Parts: sequence; structure tokens; C-alpha cells
Amino acid sequence: MRGYVTKRLVIALVTLVGMSMVIFSLMRLAPGNIVDIIFESAGYVDQADKRLLERELGVDRPIPVQYARWVGELLHGDLGKSYRYDMRAWAIIKPRLPVTLELAGLALLFSILLGVPAGVISAARQNRPIDYVLRVLSLAGLSMPSFWLGMVIILLFVRSLGWMPSVTYVSPFDDLRANLWQFVVPALAVGYRSSALIMRITRSAMLEVMREDYIRTARAKGQRGTLVVWRHALKNASLPVITLIGIEFAFLIGGLVVTETVFNLPGVARYLVDAIQFRDYPVVQNLVMFIAIVVVLANLAVDLLYAWVDPRIKYGRA
Amino acid sequence: MARVVDTVELAAPSLALREAPRRSAAVRFLRRQPLGAAGIVLMAALLTTAILADVLATHDPVRTSSHVLVPPSAEFWLGTDNLGRDLYSRVVHGSRISLVIGLASTLLGAVLGGLIGLVSGYVGGTTDLLIQRVMDIMQALPILVLALVLAAALGPSLPNAIIAISIPIVPRAARLIRASVLAIRELAYVEAARALGVRHPRVALRHILPNTIGPFIVLITAQLGASILVEAALSFLGLGIPEPYPSWGRMLSIAAAEYAEKAPWLVIWPGLAISLAVFGTNLLGDALRDTLDPRLRGS
Repeated sequence: MRGYVTKRLVIALVTLVGMSMVIFSLMRLAPGNIVDIIFESAGYVDQADKRLLERELGVDRPIPVQYARWVGELLHGDLGKSYRYDMRAWAIIKPRLPVTLELAGLALLFSILLGVPAGVISAARQNRPIDYVLRVLSLAGLSMPSFWLGMVIILLFVRSLGWMPSVTYVSPFDDLRANLWQFVVPALAVGYRSSALIMRITRSAMLEVMREDYIRTARAKGQRGTLVVWRHALKNASLPVITLIGIEFAFLIGGLVVTETVFNLPGVARYLVDAIQFRDYPVVQNLVMFIAIVVVLANLAVDLLYAWVDPRIKYGRA
Repeated sequence: MARVVDTVELAAPSLALREAPRRSAAVRFLRRQPLGAAGIVLMAALLTTAILADVLATHDPVRTSSHVLVPPSAEFWLGTDNLGRDLYSRVVHGSRISLVIGLASTLLGAVLGGLIGLVSGYVGGTTDLLIQRVMDIMQALPILVLALVLAAALGPSLPNAIIAISIPIVPRAARLIRASVLAIRELAYVEAARALGVRHPRVALRHILPNTIGPFIVLITAQLGASILVEAALSFLGLGIPEPYPSWGRMLSIAAAEYAEKAPWLVIWPGLAISLAVFGTNLLGDALRDTLDPRLRGS
């Protein structure tokens, strides 16, 4: 077990180091360095000022030195400075984190609450009408852009009920009800999409488990059908579902990027889009790295959880 | 293997109708996979719309007029946008953008990833290990975030949008093809080919690669929908293809910004077009996977 954990940790570390190189190179693909971009908007360019800023930011140094400097800062927890807001990046991200976490958490909750029961019912009633209905619904969820679904739901609310969620962000500590109202639609829109994936994996895992001997044994000894399905089968079908939920987490962050923008929620993903649009590259670089770290940690956690839950996994070879 | 190759051809029903035995197989596929058949219909509709866009459109999709934000009417079937452009014609022409970007980026990513997967699986050893780590790195970011950063770094243009959307597909394709290559590599006929003195590149390309076509087709159908969605999201955020191309995603971003309440048709139709196109690829992709993926057969 310890060998397995070490190996997984090393792989996660290698991935992150590689990722940092990829992001660093990508940011240098863009035409012009950050100094050019800052001065571009000013119009008049004083060469001495420009060189001064170049020195301050270290962009006049060789590329490997720049890279080392960036990684060094990251390791010290320094996420750099935003040139658009003239603030430390962390000061901008910190108040935005709860927004993204609340949205991601609610979306994940919805996706599990919708996806797991749908998958179980679909598998238990394989090839019956309800199975087809649920499968079509889940495919539809995978096919709609979540930001569009959210827009349509809001439109329906506005048109039929004359009800409108708050345009500006409401903190849950100020007004919990208004806050939840504001988050329910975007979280449902993102969660529906994820629930479709969870439903599919639950269904196929359930179908596999339902063919096992011990399920037949449980039925043979007179156990009620629903109990067999929901207790005996679901327990053993849950492993691939857990894995998917972990992978889903990364997927969810991707979905948040557009959703936060559409619903005007001041989250981290929204800030990433802002930073990209205003070419605030030092911030983009750090935010993308931040997302990569979250994704790698989530995958690592799932791998370890999986190994811990399922003793059949061979730690040595995985 | 023979069965896999056999059923692959069902993906092209016109081809399948030419010979009698094929026809019965095609009919069997349609009967067993009614959802897949619906997917084929949707895909065919999308393809027809894209090809016949000039004929089907009633107005010039990019020409502005003084008829601003007109609700759907006999003249403007789906209404007009904030610049007085006919929405129906724009949605019809938008199918070209979605299909071209979707297909081009999916094929580019799948072929590139497929070749990497072939090398990784066939050569094995350290090469395999290195390639797999690189693929791990590429998968450490959500598809949309990676595409977003790439699109921003490359700048907005049609080829750049295609590249930005194709790169995140590479590791997924590489994984998949590598897995099938690993299984096929051990089969007796590969050993026989080697024993006859066939060189490695030829074994890999002529003897192994053609037999990965099943999973490859499944991957392409599944990724096509994802690519169309990513294009929509990128264009929505203003990082997809630039004006004046009518892109479904960008139509939505204009609608969302200001006119959602005044002109709900601007929200509904482009989004519905995206959803139907992706729904079609997903239906077909699922049916093909059930047919072509032996592990899932019967489940």
C-alpha cells in the first residue's frame, strides 16, 4: 500500500511539473510580452519606463530564469500580481473562491442526486420504456450547452412567473434564501450535464453487478427485489461511480467557466475568462496552474480512495 | 475481429444498401438501435443543411438591415438580431461553422492522438512510459480550459480555433488506440506477419492500425459532439472564430448580453441548433459503441 501511494504521489508531481512547463510555454506563444501589452493601452511609450518595467518583471532575463523565478514564487504561495486591477492576484481570487466552491458543490450534489438513482432505475428496468426515457434524457443533458440551458430556464422563469434572480451576487451570510435562489439554476444547469455521465456509468456498472452470482443468491433466498438492487448491487457498483465523480470534478470546473460568466457570478472561473480577455497573462498562468493542481489532487484522492475501498486492487502493479 | 470489421460498415448506410447481405445487417442495426437510427437522421439533417445552406437560407446571413429585433414572422422565419440580420439564415449558415470546426478538429486530434497511441502501444518500453506521462499532463486540464488557453495564446482565427479544440482530443485518442494496439499486438496473425519478415512500421500501419478502426470510429462520433460544444463555448466567450462568420455560440453571446428578455428567439434557436446537432452525434455514437465495443455488448 505504501509503495502504491508513493508511486501515485510521484506521478502526480511529475504531471504538475510538466503542466507548469506547458502553461509557461503557452503563455509565451502569445504575441508580445506582458510589458508590450501593458504599454499598448497607454498609447504613448517611454522607452526608459518600458525597460524599467521589463527589469522589474524579469522579462528581460533568459526564459529558463523566468521559469525558475515563476515556479519559485508559486512554491512560496505567491500567485503574482494582476496588471488589470493593480492588485495581488490572491487578493482577487480569495473572495471569489467561496462562490466557485458553492456552485461546484451544489452542482456536484445535484448531479449525484439525479444521476445515481436514474442509473439504478435504468439498469433495474433494462430495455423497458423507463430505461429508454432516462437514457434519452441523459443524452439530452450531455448535448445541451449548460450555459444555454441555464439561459432558457431563466427565460422561462422570467416569462411565466415574472421572477428574476438577483443580478448582483448575494452572499449566503447576508441573505441565504436569495443566495440559494441565485445558485440553484446555474448549479442545476451544470449538474444536469454531469448527472448524465454519472447516470450512464451507474447504469453500466449496475448491469455488470446484477449478473453476479451473489445477486442471484440474494434473490433466491427471497430478498425483496428493491432491496437487492439498492443495497446489494449498488454497493458493489459504486466503485466506478466514485472514480467518475472524481474525474467529473475536473469536468465540472470546465463547465463553470462559461456558467459563471452567463449568470454573472463573481467566481474564480469567471475571473479566468476576464483575465484571458484582458490578456492579464501572469494571472492566467497562475490560475490555470491552480486549476491543474486542483484536478490532479482530486484524481489522486480518488485513486487512493479507490485503492483503500477496494482491496482487490493490486497496489504493486497499478 | 471479422465481426468488428463487418459492423463498422454500418456507419455508412448508403454503402450498406448496395449488397443484399449488407442490407440485412443494416436493417438489423436500425431495428436493434432505434436511437442510433434517430441519430443518423439528425446527422443527415445537419449535413444537408450545411451543404445546402445557400439554397435553404432566405437572406444573406451577414448583411445588416434596418429591421432590428423583429419577432419571428413570414418574412423573417426566426426573427432578426440586433443588427437586423435574419436569424433563420444565420442559424442555417451556422451549421457549416459547427460542422467544419467540429469535424476538422475531431479528425485532427483523433488522427494525431491515434498515431501517438499506435507508436506508444507498439513500441512499448520507455517510449510508451514517456508518451503516457505526456498524455497525463495534457489531461490535467479540463477540455474547455485547455482549449480556452490555447485559443487565447494562438489568437482568434478559423485554423487556430480548430487547433485549439483538437489538442485536448489528442490524449484521449492516444489512450484509446494504445489500449487496442496492446491487445492486437499479441494476436497470432501479427506474430505470423513478423515471422514472414514484415518490417515493424509495416506491421504497425498495415496489420494493426486497420483493426483499431472500430474504437476509432466510436471515438470520433463521441468527440464530434464534444468539439461542437467546445466551439460553441469558445465563440460564446469571444475566443472562437471571428466575425463575420455566423457561429451558433457567438449568436448566443450577443443574445445573452442584452437582448435575452426583449428577443427570446435569439436565445432559443441557436442553442436548440447546437443541442440537436450534438444530440445526433451522441445518439449515433452510443449506438455505434454498443455495436462495436465487444465489452459493452449485451449490457
